[in-house]
Amino acid sequence: MHSLKLPRWLVAFVALVYAFLHIPLLVLVVFSFNASKYGVEWTGFTTHWYARLWERQDIIDGLKASVVVGVSSTLISTLLGTLMALAIARHEFRGRRLMEAFLYIPIVTPEIVVGISLLILFVLLNFPLGLVSIVIAHVAFNISFVVVVVLARLQGMDRNLEEAAMILGADEFTTFRRITVPLLWPGILSGAMLAFTMSFDDYVITSFVTGTGSSTLPIVVYTMVRKNIEPSINAISTIILIITTILIFAADRLGRDKPLVHSAD
Amino acid sequence: MSDIPPVVEFTGVHKTFGAYRAVVDINFQVQKGEFFSILGPSGCGKTTTLRLLAGFEEPDDNGGTVRIAGEVVNKKRPYERNLAMVFQNYALFPHLSVERNIAFGLEMRKVPSAEIPPRVKKAMEMVRLDPGQFARRMPAQLSGGQRQRVALARALVLEPTILLLDEPLGAIDLKLRKEMQLELKQLNKQLGTTFVYVTHDQEEALTMSDRIAVMDNARVAQLGTPAEIYECPRTRFVAKFIGESNFFEGVAQSQGPDGWRVDGSGGRFEVPAHPSITQGSKVAIAVRPEWLDVAPPDAVPPGENAIRGTVTDVIYLGETLHVLVAVADGEGERRVTVAVRNEGQLSRPIRWSKGDAAVVCWKPADCQVLEDA
Ligand SMILES: Nc1ncnc2c1ncn2[C@@H]1O[C@H](COP(=O)(O)OP(=O)(O)OP(=O)(O)O)[C@@H](O)[C@H]1O
Ligand SMILES: [Mg+2]
Repeated sequence: MHSLKLPRWLVAFVALVYAFLHIPLLVLVVFSFNASKYGVEWTGFTTHWYARLWERQDIIDGLKASVVVGVSSTLISTLLGTLMALAIARHEFRGRRLMEAFLYIPIVTPEIVVGISLLILFVLLNFPLGLVSIVIAHVAFNISFVVVVVLARLQGMDRNLEEAAMILGADEFTTFRRITVPLLWPGILSGAMLAFTMSFDDYVITSFVTGTGSSTLPIVVYTMVRKNIEPSINAISTIILIITTILIFAADRLGRDKPLVHSAD
Repeated sequence: MSDIPPVVEFTGVHKTFGAYRAVVDINFQVQKGEFFSILGPSGCGKTTTLRLLAGFEEPDDNGGTVRIAGEVVNKKRPYERNLAMVFQNYALFPHLSVERNIAFGLEMRKVPSAEIPPRVKKAMEMVRLDPGQFARRMPAQLSGGQRQRVALARALVLEPTILLLDEPLGAIDLKLRKEMQLELKQLNKQLGTTFVYVTHDQEEALTMSDRIAVMDNARVAQLGTPAEIYECPRTRFVAKFIGESNFFEGVAQSQGPDGWRVDGSGGRFEVPAHPSITQGSKVAIAVRPEWLDVAPPDAVPPGENAIRGTVTDVIYLGETLHVLVAVADGEGERRVTVAVRNEGQLSRPIRWSKGDAAVVCWKPADCQVLEDA
């Protein structure tokens, strides 16, 4: 890699874009430590709003629901998505190409459309709305992302590796366990990270399929905003921001794992 | 001797992918301890043949049988065949260290764990990889030649009775390749392992093999020892693909005591008797450059075939010189290559130079009548 010297105007441009992207978030973080209860003027540093979070049962419940929904929908969609990627990559069957193309439909469909259609489906089936319906909805929009990520990894994988294991004496299951899964692991993990992140901060789709009981954190926060604004919203948003950022960095690092195929040069 | 079945036997094997016939009617037998090569140009079906033997592909329905040690293995999975294989791209497991790569097959074959480390070490030494230096490395940290050795060690550590190799030296530089060729040959003799070796390099096949199956366009074109293949190529393809050949064509005119008199476009010549020749049939022969000689037009050795031409070039190759002679061919002309021993161009330079009138000559027996005239 050459260290290219960027022209000044390009540096300035990049800086501006980054400022545009991140200053609002920075403001949010700063104001989560603002002593003033109202508005936008800085009256002193406090961690009061963070402490206050623990008194708000609705927020704690929301966080719990988000974690439960996030973890379970991630596990389910990662498992199903990985199996589906294996089916698409490894087996010739009628309609395989079509199936691959259909994967992208949930990804490009506007969330609001997905939300409405899921709601209609649940109502038609007489399915009770609550945490379970939320998990199902999240699995539904996450599977495609997992399949796409795992599929990319699978398609870059050298089939000869599995054949080499077999000729060395490993049966199908042992080959899958000792060779396929370890090589696929980074792809599976980044798919899972992506799924969790998307589940954790989804508002639109969840808002359609949530019941009357406790709901996920984004829903709780939005309800709070509409009722009475208080800076603990900034505090909880900062926490979500931090968790999301950590997950994104983790997923990115895993995605940058060593290449699977080394050319025999 | 005859009751021991061949280690490997293909009988009328066909393999079709969709509508594409990758391998057609393959027949051969490999004897125990033999170094058997499958040689042919890219895409002729070498890898497919090897994959059929390894069990990664199955012959078509009613597409013949593959036998290992006398037993039909058409339906057997690769891990039930007790083979070892070196892949064209090595296929080292990127997530396992060198020693774990080599140990993998031993673990799979349930070798007691106490025996594994010494056997891994021995295998590494056999391919001249220093265990102290390389055992813990990951495949990505190795050079191409080192990877190739690891792939070989991973196969040899199993002490297989049959070792399959798919162009294992293709990615290695010439010098190391020559060394590895000798080493592989030596391992074959030392261990008594049967080698089935795929290559597209004719020189490699000639130097290493006990027998060669030359493949062309999904079929075996000729099967034989290196000498048989080189000295008696049966088809134009084999004559062209292995070594260099000059071709002469014509029509069989009359039968003499030792063979046929043929009227060629560049002149008359005689060929030995051959079952494929009848009165008036087309005849094509292949003549190796070293079977030919050039002579002045007035000094043709008696009894030899002679075709007139003009020297167009003399090429210095070190051990030999190639004299290129343009001879008449119907309306046009064609170039014939004659190999002449180099007896020292500084002390005794050859007399030929560009533009000389010359005669290309050879003894009638020194040619190979081709079956596909
Ligand atoms: N799985 C497959 N599906 C369809 N066609 C195939 C498949 N495998 C091989 N072929 C075709 O069969 C033919 C023979 O392939 P094969 O790999 O045996 O060639 P090869 O002799 O090993 O060539 P190379 O020297 O380039 O490795 C090729 O034309 C190839 O495209
Ligand atoms: Mg090949």
